[in-house]
Amino acid sequence: MDDYLTLNNLKIGESAKVEMLTSTGVQRRRMLDLGLIKGTTVQAVLNSPSGDPVAYFIRGTLIALRDEDAKKIYVTATI
Amino acid sequence: MGLTNKSTGSAVNCCELQIVRNGDDKVIALAGNPNVGKSTVFNALTGLNQHTGNWPGKTVCNAQGTYKLRDKNFILVDIPGTYSLMANSAEEEVARDFICFGEPDTTVVVTDATCLERNLNLVLQILEVTRNVVVCVNLMDEAKKKGIQIDLDELSLNLGVPVVATSAATKKGLDALTDEIYAVSFNKKRTFHVKMKYDDKIENAIEVILPRVKEIVKDKIDARWLSIKLLDMDDTLKTAINSFLGFDILEDEQLSSLLKQAKFGLKSHNISDENLRDMIVSGIVSRAEQIYKSCVILNNVEYTARDRKIDRLLTSKLTGIPIMLLLLGFIFWLTIIGANYPSELLSKALFWVEDRLTDMFTYFNSPPWLQGIIVTGMYRTLAWVVSVMLPPMAIFFPLFTLLEDSGYLPRIAFNMDKFFKKACAHGKQALTMCMGFGCNACGVIGCRIIDSPRERLIATLTNNFVPCNGRFPTIIALITMFFSTAVILPLRSLFSALILLSVIVLGVCMTLLVSKLLSKTLLKGVPSSFALELPPYRKPQIGKVVVRSVFDRTLFVLGRAVSVAAPAGLVIWLMSNITVNNLSLLNHCAAFLDPFARLLGLDGIILMAFILGFPANEIVVPIMIMGYMCSGKMVDMTDLNSLRELLIQNGWTYTTAICTILFSLMHFPCATTCITVKKETGSIKWTLISFLLPTIIGMLICFVVATLLKLLNIA
Repeated sequence: MDDYLTLNNLKIGESAKVEMLTSTGVQRRRMLDLGLIKGTTVQAVLNSPSGDPVAYFIRGTLIALRDEDAKKIYVTATI
Repeated sequence: MGLTNKSTGSAVNCCELQIVRNGDDKVIALAGNPNVGKSTVFNALTGLNQHTGNWPGKTVCNAQGTYKLRDKNFILVDIPGTYSLMANSAEEEVARDFICFGEPDTTVVVTDATCLERNLNLVLQILEVTRNVVVCVNLMDEAKKKGIQIDLDELSLNLGVPVVATSAATKKGLDALTDEIYAVSFNKKRTFHVKMKYDDKIENAIEVILPRVKEIVKDKIDARWLSIKLLDMDDTLKTAINSFLGFDILEDEQLSSLLKQAKFGLKSHNISDENLRDMIVSGIVSRAEQIYKSCVILNNVEYTARDRKIDRLLTSKLTGIPIMLLLLGFIFWLTIIGANYPSELLSKALFWVEDRLTDMFTYFNSPPWLQGIIVTGMYRTLAWVVSVMLPPMAIFFPLFTLLEDSGYLPRIAFNMDKFFKKACAHGKQALTMCMGFGCNACGVIGCRIIDSPRERLIATLTNNFVPCNGRFPTIIALITMFFSTAVILPLRSLFSALILLSVIVLGVCMTLLVSKLLSKTLLKGVPSSFALELPPYRKPQIGKVVVRSVFDRTLFVLGRAVSVAAPAGLVIWLMSNITVNNLSLLNHCAAFLDPFARLLGLDGIILMAFILGFPANEIVVPIMIMGYMCSGKMVDMTDLNSLRELLIQNGWTYTTAICTILFSLMHFPCATTCITVKKETGSIKWTLISFLLPTIIGMLICFVVATLLKLLNIA
């Protein structure tokens, strides 16, 4: 897992591929419903005024996630 | 903020869905992700005016309407927008239960052409339940503008059901849609089953139980779907399935042993329940991606560039929050400046009518008490409600609706999320708070978009800290009378807007503070996770918005106020004219309340006006005026200036004005809101708390402010 980043580490404009989710239960389902399955490309697009939450482009939709939720999504950076 | 009779009036219980169908009426479920224009499609087909808004979670109730095609009746049911049928929230449960067990003849899935991939997820899930589906690809004109090209035939082939392209806002494609609905509902069109194929290990497990499930449920429900759900069962679904079937399916011994066998098979491949869910969802998501890639061509890869530019302006560190405040201030300014003149005109006209009425009563030599009850009591209160309340509402509502339709509200939630997080509250509470500006009862209903019960309660209990449309005009009138005169004329309305903005900001701060307080005491807990969708910006249909918000919302709210105002006027008149021990009842009550009210910087009449205004906040100022006029001497009441004179004659000072504004911002919610809280929470305890919380806090703050001002000798 050391090679993986968590989603919250992405800078605005950077993209990454989802590797795994560490959340469980309802929260995990909610993330899956967003289409965050292994291999999904996610791009960090927009910072909120305080830097948390951050909006990500996920499968054609802009979704804002709080820092602690993004931390539970492991990704590998793609460019 | 579906502020129509459906959501606030007598029919708050619109969620207990009852469908009355006669003969061969067809029931059509209208499903779809949130914010794809489902309500627009609904309105266009039924001619009804379900309010639409460009933000997720707007339709929180099931609305239904009918339309006719070739002499057949179609009952259209608008179910809450959801991303999936996996039922992660109460709304999704409602949607799932209706599609799965409500036995609609056809389910129309409305999708957004500009983000089809995400939408296909739900389409595929629904196709597992039923094949009587028509897929409506809406917002085609927007997709076109963004260079998104969709091969509809290919999509239809992939899904096995009819696909219709529409732009519901401009009514394009609706005829084709109703034709397809007709065809599917009357089995004139064959849909075919494109089986969603999962991982082999899951398919094997399904095969184990499928034959037995088929035997048990026969044609009642799709056996394959039920088999998958049996493998991946959650409790809410178990209840729903059993009540639909009328028996406990797992009591079948053969089935439960087969189910054990299937689960054992999965476990032997290291597939736990959690893995299974992951694999099922992944299967659907990958299939959606595959279909999307085969049907959609992006001619302009940068199709979101414009939205991002706007977003960077509206949500950046430097400009995000200032622009938010400016925008809100601008709306208030327009409301204040725009309301002034029509308000004066209206009150002149209405009081001219009052004089004529008086003449008429005199002419017919009617007894003075009759004239008192009807003219001085009922008519005058009514006239006040209309002239003070109507203009600001008629301006504020359309402006706010424009903001709502453009897609800006979710950005407000995005900007403010950090504050809500600090208050241990849900990020979507910003949305329900915004709904509260229109009507607190609607805000409370809107809290359903928050799926964690703890955070939903927090949002419910604090909704009243933003002033609703019924309280705005009161606050505006007081500000105009007492504070804007401090600056020179051309700047007055600007100054008023600024003060109003500070009052709102105070309300928002109180919301956050009280949320935090609740999180630390009664409703301990940490914020749950959430994902907030920021939808594409849309150009609101200005003409439509103005007309609809005036006719549907403003007149409805006004109607409610008026229906309360007339009896309240009657009560006030009676109270001020029935004397006991040479003092009117009104004076008795006011005198009784007075000592306590004085502590809060108010007086007996003001406090009584708030109490009598419990049915509808709009009538607080009119009652106050009536109270003063009955006990004091008559003045010509045609504008705010003379009203100001009246108030000052009755001992109003700046302190009184400040405290009245504060108390107006923070006191018990109106009766409708209380009833709604009771309905939503199902608990007397929480309703009581929602009543007491703002009241006690408001009284405390008024007391402190009044005492401080007194000590500082500022009158």
